[in-house]
Amino acid sequence: MPTLNHFLVLSGLLFAIGTAGVFLRRNLITILLSIEIMLNAVNLTFVAVGRHLGTVDGQIITFFVMTVAAAEAAVGLAIVIQLFRLRESLNPDAFTSLKW
Amino acid sequence: MGTAIAFYILAALILTGGVLVITAKSAVHSVVWLVGTIIAIAALYVVQHAEFLAVIQVLVYAGGIVVLYLFVVMLVNLKRPAEAIVHPQRRERTGLLLGGALLAQFAAVAFYAFNSPQVGTAATYSARGNVEAVARALYVEYLVPFEVASVLLLVAMVGAIVLARRDA
Repeated sequence: MPTLNHFLVLSGLLFAIGTAGVFLRRNLITILLSIEIMLNAVNLTFVAVGRHLGTVDGQIITFFVMTVAAAEAAVGLAIVIQLFRLRESLNPDAFTSLKW
Repeated sequence: MGTAIAFYILAALILTGGVLVITAKSAVHSVVWLVGTIIAIAALYVVQHAEFLAVIQVLVYAGGIVVLYLFVVMLVNLKRPAEAIVHPQRRERTGLLLGGALLAQFAAVAFYAFNSPQVGTAATYSARGNVEAVARALYVEYLVPFEVASVLLLVAMVGAIVLARRDA
């Protein structure tokens, strides 16, 4: 029977994978996908701890995290499209100057 | 016993999916692997008796957010691969080091947790699923955050439309 610790270790590993993706990839869309992985890892923690405590509060917070993830995806992808129109590139290193 | 087998299979699927998301060369492949990871996480929610959350996870993530990503991936057609150019001041090794440091921190906490006395998981769930309990909490206790979340979604929608306009 998996205990709370098993779930926490799993979500810790998943969060580290997402962090490595943010650090190592040079494609804006893949970086946003890595952030989604990190959010999912946190959701997993909330659900596991909520179940451990015997309440549904952890699941409620997960709903709000999903809401924020949806908002983040919509706005982030709009910015990505606009950046692509500006430079014809998705590499974050192409957008290092604040002034052009 | 069945729960343990389900947990280990799903954990393997989730971690493999996550690694493939960040290692896939093409962004389309990354998105498809993310769908697999998300569905495996939804199955893990079912294992934890969060059935309603599992359904919402598949509907909102696999059906909504991921499709949005796929649209953008198809919309931008790059003439050369996104990662063709490496900026001279980029420090790949530092990034790997920072990721490793985070993993080491998690490992330290996990080591501490597994060495401390184990506490059993509270088993207060009904056989009918948890939709009723979730609805009561969401619409009674957390009513104000729920309404604030809907305002946030509205603002995000307006912001995305304004940002992505061609003549902005």
